[in-house]
Amino acid sequence: MPLVLERRQERSAAIAVISPLLAIALTFATMAVVFAAIGKNPLYALYVYFVEPLTDGYTLSELVVKATPLVMIGVGLALCYIANVWNIGAEGQFTIGAVAGSWIAVATNGTNAGHWVLPAMLAAGTVAGALYAMIPAICKVRFGASEILTSLMLVYVADFFMDYLVRGPWRDPHGMNFPTTADFDPVATVPTLFDGSRVHAGSIAALIVVMLAAVILGRTIKGFEIRLVGAAPRAARFAGFNANQLVVFTFAISGALAGLAGIIEVAGPIGHLQPGISPGYGFTAIIVAFLGRLNPVGVLIAGLFLALTFIGGESAQIALKVPLDLTKVIQGILLFYVLACDSLIVYRVRFIAPQPRAATGSA
Amino acid sequence: MVDSGSVGRAFRQPLLRAVGITKHYGDVLANDGVDLDLYPRQIHALLGENGAGKSTLVKVIYGLIQPTAGELQWMGQPIVLTGPAAARALGIGVVFQHFSLFDNLTVAENVALGLDGAESFAAMSARLAQVSRDYGLPLDPRREVWRLSVGERQRIEIVRMLMQDPKLLILDEPTAVLTPQEADQLFAVLERLRDEGRAVLYISHKLDEVKRLCDTATILRAGRKVATCDPRRETVASLARMMVGADIGEVKPRAGRAATTPRLVIRDLSLAPDDPHGVTLRNVSLEVRGGEIAGIAGVAGNGQDELFAALSGERIADSADAVIIDGQAAGEMTITQRRKLGAAFVPEERLGHGTAPRMTLSENALLTGHAASGMVHRGFVDRLKTLATVDKATERFDVRKARRDPEAVSLSGGNLQKFMVGREILREPGVLVVSQPTWGVDAGAAAVIRQALVDLSARGAAVLVISQDLDELMEIADRIAVMFHGRLSEPIDRGRATREKLGLLMGGAGLGTAGTGEARRAVGA
Repeated sequence: MPLVLERRQERSAAIAVISPLLAIALTFATMAVVFAAIGKNPLYALYVYFVEPLTDGYTLSELVVKATPLVMIGVGLALCYIANVWNIGAEGQFTIGAVAGSWIAVATNGTNAGHWVLPAMLAAGTVAGALYAMIPAICKVRFGASEILTSLMLVYVADFFMDYLVRGPWRDPHGMNFPTTADFDPVATVPTLFDGSRVHAGSIAALIVVMLAAVILGRTIKGFEIRLVGAAPRAARFAGFNANQLVVFTFAISGALAGLAGIIEVAGPIGHLQPGISPGYGFTAIIVAFLGRLNPVGVLIAGLFLALTFIGGESAQIALKVPLDLTKVIQGILLFYVLACDSLIVYRVRFIAPQPRAATGSA
Repeated sequence: MVDSGSVGRAFRQPLLRAVGITKHYGDVLANDGVDLDLYPRQIHALLGENGAGKSTLVKVIYGLIQPTAGELQWMGQPIVLTGPAAARALGIGVVFQHFSLFDNLTVAENVALGLDGAESFAAMSARLAQVSRDYGLPLDPRREVWRLSVGERQRIEIVRMLMQDPKLLILDEPTAVLTPQEADQLFAVLERLRDEGRAVLYISHKLDEVKRLCDTATILRAGRKVATCDPRRETVASLARMMVGADIGEVKPRAGRAATTPRLVIRDLSLAPDDPHGVTLRNVSLEVRGGEIAGIAGVAGNGQDELFAALSGERIADSADAVIIDGQAAGEMTITQRRKLGAAFVPEERLGHGTAPRMTLSENALLTGHAASGMVHRGFVDRLKTLATVDKATERFDVRKARRDPEAVSLSGGNLQKFMVGREILREPGVLVVSQPTWGVDAGAAAVIRQALVDLSARGAAVLVISQDLDELMEIADRIAVMFHGRLSEPIDRGRATREKLGLLMGGAGLGTAGTGEARRAVGA
């Protein structure tokens, strides 16, 4: 039976809310099939991934820890994607932010420097992330280079740069030759909020970022500019907005947020710079941005959900004896369904009865 | 309702008969049980406003879409058209309003692409030259399309159709892109084709044309057939009433207020285009005084879009003096700075240029109002103010919509146009530049918009209307200049502007390559 997608007269507000939920449901269904295919009990596997982490205080607090960078990066990416600007390199901006902030931590290590260290690290991480993100933005505006490719390629540059630093000049002299810096001093560490958990002040920063972004997008002329340039570029030019300036602006903001998330992660839960500071936060945040409907509050919820897949994935390694890569499979399937379900907001599906095939000309 | 067509021809069989054609697009009923009989040796007009369902019916007859219900009969036999190729095989040819030509190919290459390719390219070229000569539609087969005027491009489409020797010819608003003189030539060709025994379906909303040319007229309104009549026995007013379903208000002239000082001055504006197939503006000069409406006529594609962009500031001119708004040299200003000087702009393209289709009307009010209407305080949008603009435009310009603040795309063309003109006029601009203000707009909305422009100028604003619709300009403009190949003629006062004089300028007489000042003055005087 032929299926047609029919344009709706107006976009459906109800579907806009239902679409992410539908995508999650379809992901569950698909994963159930995948689990069955690899010989695991589908219901138990889904329980391990998506329910068990919620039943325990410690894993709940870990959920917040993992969601913090996802939300912070995801909000910045959402601003880009709304403006039709494709920053795929948040992972690199995250790393550069972590490196730039760590530089201050490493330089002051063991010198009894004052309380200016942490603020200076956060500022350095934010600025470095923004500047690093502006490289692809300026290449796009000046030379017409695709920002999708350039921002992605810069991820690997950042990765190898950090690798060089922690194996070379910044390596901890007492670190038994492990590629890592010395542990940061207390003045170079983001404070935790509760004893016995790793939840730190960065989570509050993420909440503030969500609120600020929601206000900027919904209430200010800058937010209108971002939405208009993305929705109707020619109308945006008619409105007097400069699309090139906005490319640089959105890249800088999202780079700054990714850089801030990077230095908070290093100065908070991890405590030193080392390879593997991110399990792919910068890439997973792309899914967070779309699952959250490019809406800051939606990103907050989506960030918590994607954090669940990371934690579930860790316990599934033990409980189900499946590789950690399966987490990435889940995330990929989720992104696929999110994008597919989004088309239902503007289109509706209709089944049409097959047309009687008739010959050309007179019958 | 007179059904004269069938009386004298009851014994004759229609070439094509459409019975009860119905077509749904989602919730929209584009055609609702439409009947149509087309006879050989007859020019049949299909009349209706934009959105009445004319294009849908043509697409059904040409096999582009399948009707939801109803039947087509060809010489008495029921047929199902699986596609345009099937329609062409029967002998149905269409010239659409939007041409399908490749700009970088020659005339002959374009024609070859549309034929089945059974004959050699040389033989086809020779036949093309033959057909174009026979019908008085001269064309050079070796010229590239981008060098041709719009009227010549239309000739390619017509000749391409004639080379297939069609029994039924369909022309969709063919005169929209022609000068009056070119239209006369086209009518002579169509009359000859009719006399050769072919059937012609002529789609238009220009009533005097239909009265002059057509033997029968079928009138559509809101997807339904309202009448079939003999247009020569009707008056323009009676045809309009059937088409619109109501009497159309006439524009009330303003109480004779004399034009004052120049508020918009274009001085020797020359500008190369962005786009390689665009038009270069050459030494365009015009003064528009407060209290007057100036019109710019011309066939589409002669630099009107480029001029609008240079006036609005979407393109920056090369010198500040090229555009002067209320005494301020604005040529190098951005569109936002020009709006702050009290200028307002309404572009031709409603969706995607004048408005963001998927944004609400209040957001679209902000789109042009953010710079100079007090809608933004310290970076924050005053949503009460943007909504108030929507409400005021709705009330003052009769914008019809389902909700208080719907998305722009959900409005009909006429209502969206009223909103776009309304949001600018509410700001009481000193200078208003508007391009094609009533293009594709129903007659009722067009009357509201023209009245609004006249009233605005009566309050002292300088209004510049760029339009392809000569009737519109002759109705509301005090002076009319003509654009041709990027040059602008001297303006002609309304009292002295005739269709013939304007038509000659639109065709390039006294302008263009031989455009010396003397020739321009000779035509202008």
